[in-house]
Amino acid sequence: MYRDALREAIDEEMERDSSVFIIGEGIAERGGSYKVTEGLLDKYGANRVRDTPIAEAGMIGVGVGAAIAGARPIVEILYVDFAMLGMDMLVNQAAKFRLMTGGDGRVPFVMRTQGGTGGGVAAQHSQSLEALFYHIPGLQVVMPSVPADAKGLLKYALRQQDPVMFLEHKHLYMTKGMVPDGEHVIEFGKGDIKRPGKDVTIIAWSNMIPRALEAAAKLAEEGIDAEVLDPRTLVPLDKAMILTSVAKTNRVVIAQEAVRRGGVASDIASIIQAEAFYDLDAPIEIVAGLNIPVPFNLELEKASVPQVDDIVVAARRTLHAKSFALAAE
Amino acid sequence: MSAQSSNGNAPSRELLEKLFRTAYKIRVFETEGIKLYRQGLIRGYFHPYLGQEGIATGVCAALKDGDYIASTHRGHGHCIAWGASINKMVAELLQKDTGYCRGYGGSMHIADIKAGNLGANGIVGAGTPLGVGAALASQIKGTDAVTVTFTTDGASNNGTFMESLNLAAIWNLAFVLVVENNQYAVSTKIEESTREVDLYKRGLAIGVESYQVDGNDSLAVYNMTKDAVEKCRRGEGPILIEAKTYRHMGHHVNDPGKYMPADRLAYYKERDPVDRARAALTEMSGIDQSEIDAIENEIRLEFEAAVEFSKASGEVTIAEFREFAAAY
Repeated sequence: MYRDALREAIDEEMERDSSVFIIGEGIAERGGSYKVTEGLLDKYGANRVRDTPIAEAGMIGVGVGAAIAGARPIVEILYVDFAMLGMDMLVNQAAKFRLMTGGDGRVPFVMRTQGGTGGGVAAQHSQSLEALFYHIPGLQVVMPSVPADAKGLLKYALRQQDPVMFLEHKHLYMTKGMVPDGEHVIEFGKGDIKRPGKDVTIIAWSNMIPRALEAAAKLAEEGIDAEVLDPRTLVPLDKAMILTSVAKTNRVVIAQEAVRRGGVASDIASIIQAEAFYDLDAPIEIVAGLNIPVPFNLELEKASVPQVDDIVVAARRTLHAKSFALAAE
Repeated sequence: MSAQSSNGNAPSRELLEKLFRTAYKIRVFETEGIKLYRQGLIRGYFHPYLGQEGIATGVCAALKDGDYIASTHRGHGHCIAWGASINKMVAELLQKDTGYCRGYGGSMHIADIKAGNLGANGIVGAGTPLGVGAALASQIKGTDAVTVTFTTDGASNNGTFMESLNLAAIWNLAFVLVVENNQYAVSTKIEESTREVDLYKRGLAIGVESYQVDGNDSLAVYNMTKDAVEKCRRGEGPILIEAKTYRHMGHHVNDPGKYMPADRLAYYKERDPVDRARAALTEMSGIDQSEIDAIENEIRLEFEAAVEFSKASGEVTIAEFREFAAAY
């Protein structure tokens, strides 16, 4: 499972590098709200696995300071919503330190947290906030969708010299998937083709990947062969993978759970139109959350973020545009 | 809270001279730096440490190699007391490639990670969690390093002040929080910022051993810090030291500080930390005036040489900048 893959990554990196440590709320004896850190306290002791008070600004800042001083902290923040309390430390300290020191100061800091909707936990526990971090130069943004990626990317994160926002999804912790045996490290900036196809490119990440794959299966029943791309890291972004796919399919759907306004999908769309405009046979479709806080009511919650059928419909629209074009010829 | 050294012996000439040299070097740096600012050679912000020299001077003299400091937005004094290169500091203020941050950081961001200086900070209060983090890293690595964060009365009303000091306390970190109480948060006087103006009491409230010292007496600051640092190395940290002081001017070079009452300013100027360090050296060591003159002259020449060095230095080119930017 996704959460076991994350635990394996932390365990292996703590074993490999004695400067790796982890702090967070309820992560030691309790093993974390999502059981990611279970067993680490027994194995590595209270020096390297520490519970913190509920003080996000303080704990993120302390993690950043420890990273500057040469340790390798993992700070676990229960919900990405709570990371907002520590934004000064992320945005003004961690992200800027390297530049402000003329390149000498590095911050090998990893913040693990999770976001997304997940069964009625309401507006302050359901957000997808990757665009906030994406916007800040100096932060790397990682959003794994499957267990193998979760493990490989977290291990890579713990070998980086610059801050990493490692954004998990609460719906994915109990999802299953094969994880390669042995040393498994995935470099940032290398996307993954989760399903090859030739008719339309669906770009998605995190919990939108299982939905995009389900949408692709439905589209296949209609004879539409969708290619599903998972950039895995939004910063750095695997532009080459995206542009290669667009050159092949000429149609693009971008699916994000985050709200539409000012989102990462819009930025990826702008990159595609700037660098592959003449490859496009249809307008780029963006499937995104409504521009609204997430409501508690389960049906309303569902209506506020993209579902499988929303992706199917968007993909069909890109193909209808092609059929008009063919008719005109 | 006493000017006696911690073991009761009279302070050595070496220590007294070190304190005076540091305090005077900061004084020269700031007064001459302001002139460069007025000439347009230094751009951006410049927050002088004038009047507060006794604190950085006394604290840093009690630390050793391998320790860490984190500074405030008024950070020149801490860098100098920590032993920073005057050449590289002036070059940074003049935005030159030879500066500490190659001109990428400026006055509010001078840092020297290799030397254990986590840097000044443009965000008031941010140095406290960063310093606690360095102390945590030292504990995890099992070293005997002590970290001092210089913070301020202005920063004491920011949430991270208590959040981070509390983390240091529950983990028994080797951390000394030096609260420079210059009695103004930019221009707001302390009585308007908090009901309890004795800030060391904040530490007591969460079980942190806390003291108050006259920040304009570098020897008293040194003695108190020395005790605190020794306790931290024995695993008895963290410790809070509130150092009372007063600025000699407004918040930054372009702030005339009209809100600072003349009588209060005069009171503190009579207790000038540089004059007191000089007097302590003269009175307790038997040094003669010509030696004092020689020290002052040497420090002035060092600053003049740094200005020449900086003027002769180049700036980061746009091509180099673009290459650096590509890494982002």
